[in-house]
Amino acid sequence: MARTLYDKLWDAHVVHVEPDGTALIYIDRHLVHEVTSPQAFEGLRLAHRAPWRTASVLAVPDHNVPTAHREQGIADPVSRTQVETLDENCRAFGLTEFPMTDRRQGIVHVIGPEQGFTQPGMTVVCGDSHTSTHGAFGALAFGIGTSEVEHVLATQCLWQKKSKAMLVRVDGQLGPGVTAKDIALAVIGKIGTAGGTGHAVEFGGSAIRALSMEGRMTLCNMAIEAGARAGMVAVDEKTVEYLRGRPYAPQGEQFEQAAAYWRSFVSDPGVAYDAVLELDAAQIQPQVTWGTSPEMVVPVDGRVPDPASAPNEVKRSDWERALAYMGLAANTPMRDIPVDKVFIGSCTNSRIEDLREAAAVARRAVAQGRRVADNVKLAMVVPGSGLVKVQAEAEGLDRAFTAAGFEWRDPGCSMCLAMNADRLEPGERCASTSNRNFEGRQGQGGRTHLVSPAMAAAAAVYGHFVDVREVMS
Amino acid sequence: MKPFTRLDGLVAPLDRANVDTDAIIPKQFLKSIKRSGFGPNAFDEWRYLDRGEPGKPNHDRPLNPDFVLNQARYQGASVLLARENFGCGSSREHAPWALEDYGFRVIIAPSFADIFFNNCFKNGILPIVLPAETVDRLFRETAAVEGYALTVDLAGQTLTTPTGDVIPFEVDPERKHRLLNGLDDIGITLQYVDKVRAYEARRKGEAPWLFA
Ligand code: SF4
Repeated sequence: MARTLYDKLWDAHVVHVEPDGTALIYIDRHLVHEVTSPQAFEGLRLAHRAPWRTASVLAVPDHNVPTAHREQGIADPVSRTQVETLDENCRAFGLTEFPMTDRRQGIVHVIGPEQGFTQPGMTVVCGDSHTSTHGAFGALAFGIGTSEVEHVLATQCLWQKKSKAMLVRVDGQLGPGVTAKDIALAVIGKIGTAGGTGHAVEFGGSAIRALSMEGRMTLCNMAIEAGARAGMVAVDEKTVEYLRGRPYAPQGEQFEQAAAYWRSFVSDPGVAYDAVLELDAAQIQPQVTWGTSPEMVVPVDGRVPDPASAPNEVKRSDWERALAYMGLAANTPMRDIPVDKVFIGSCTNSRIEDLREAAAVARRAVAQGRRVADNVKLAMVVPGSGLVKVQAEAEGLDRAFTAAGFEWRDPGCSMCLAMNADRLEPGERCASTSNRNFEGRQGQGGRTHLVSPAMAAAAAVYGHFVDVREVMS
Repeated sequence: MKPFTRLDGLVAPLDRANVDTDAIIPKQFLKSIKRSGFGPNAFDEWRYLDRGEPGKPNHDRPLNPDFVLNQARYQGASVLLARENFGCGSSREHAPWALEDYGFRVIIAPSFADIFFNNCFKNGILPIVLPAETVDRLFRETAAVEGYALTVDLAGQTLTTPTGDVIPFEVDPERKHRLLNGLDDIGITLQYVDKVRAYEARRKGEAPWLFA
């Protein structure tokens, strides 16, 4: 029988099935960070249990790490304790960790693929909702809670019910200046933040095939914002080539053997999905969110919507509340909204390709005699990992940014969720390449607008949202 | 895990959609390496007028009079009535920890985000999905009747309203079994150790690089 990519991943990992269909599935890779793991390690200790398979784990501190003057350590004692607790737990349980000072340190969802630790055909989990990122490699990757982190450490397995399969097919060619981030926001705008609930989403179609691995990761990263627990893209030669030579990928002859296996992780032709959504890539414009949920999004030449035109009562009060929180009036053109801060980073958009796109805008600005606009208090670029940073510096991207007035920082989650010192002050408005515009996400009272890296860089230079296609033409 | 069997609980309404886990427990409290004590900071940014910090005492902080859970009539509530996509966003299990510590054992909504839904069962909280119209009705009745309480019977899979109306609900048989008996997932899984080892042995033959 024809099977979807999701069926194949599922079937390959079932260890045991209960009569009601609840299955025990095997976990190949377990990524760990400092925020959601301490209580899991504590649980292991209390029960005198040891990790089942230490080689399946890669740990890294990312949420609490400072993005400047790292050599001075972490100033906030509570953050510092959390990072030190991870260091200690990894030492005590014999787990591989890239500590804060390691040049390979970075955001957990950036370093997994970068190291070749994430591979096709695998199950990948992490105590973090954006684990869906790793599905870009034809893996079944999803976020779990801390009880499940402990469960995977202790048993290498998880209890799961199989989800339904949804196909999001994007055909055609993206316009210049339109990116994977815009596809992600356009999809969420269309189906809503609960549109994918209960589904594993496969992204397919010619526009997805045309994306780089970085772009596919951006897209799968945001699958969770559409309510889907997992996002995934079928394996192709781009997937295989991305992995060749990476430290944790199989090497030599074993690589070819693995690659042959990986190539089987594609949906069978003609297979049926439980739900299908089709989009025309050519119709997708650069997107900007206006509210406090990623589904509150419009194209850059759109306007803040009027709650009076909301489709129902619940939505209307949601929109009103969002406008009040965001300090926006209905019908304001998105281009007229000024920004106070700009954040380029996060596991959504901090890979080398993202930084190249943003740096190109910064370079263009400098060539036109522009810099970061005076009303923008801070425009920061936070690479996703130490290795991304090294690569970017080798390409001169750091100088392109600093010459235009952007700050160039050390890797980590940073202002994506503001657990470290990088945050918005109450009322501040930010153009951000991250994935969540929830109330208070980037700092209490902060106002977040989600955009692509190039759109964020352009907002920094003009001081308000602009259509990056005009800036670059 | 605490078993859940039956509950007579005061209902508190939280009438907004897409309540995310950042709102349920803001990020600064995630720095704790403990599993308990999050209740006083549940919904912190909505509940208080000042900014909460880990370690800061909460008893003398200014309460936001406009936040529904601060109303006198909802004190002591153990059933939370919510709207669609409750618990979306971050996977933080601190969210159910905070709700449980606050006193909620049942959450009723038309839909939940997957990870949050799953995390509830690991912490003795019963999330119940009901049709939007039924949830609407419960919102109306809760607003109209002070002291509105529901009887939740997990074994019988029913809610009973103060007027004696019985509303049935669905729950996964396996989850129900584990919640009713307060069973620990890890303990259950360890009964299948032989199957896990057999699976690993087979996979090592097929795809040895997975175990490198
Ligand atoms: S960058 Fe943001 S979304 Fe990604 S793991 Fe860090 S905090 Fe979570």
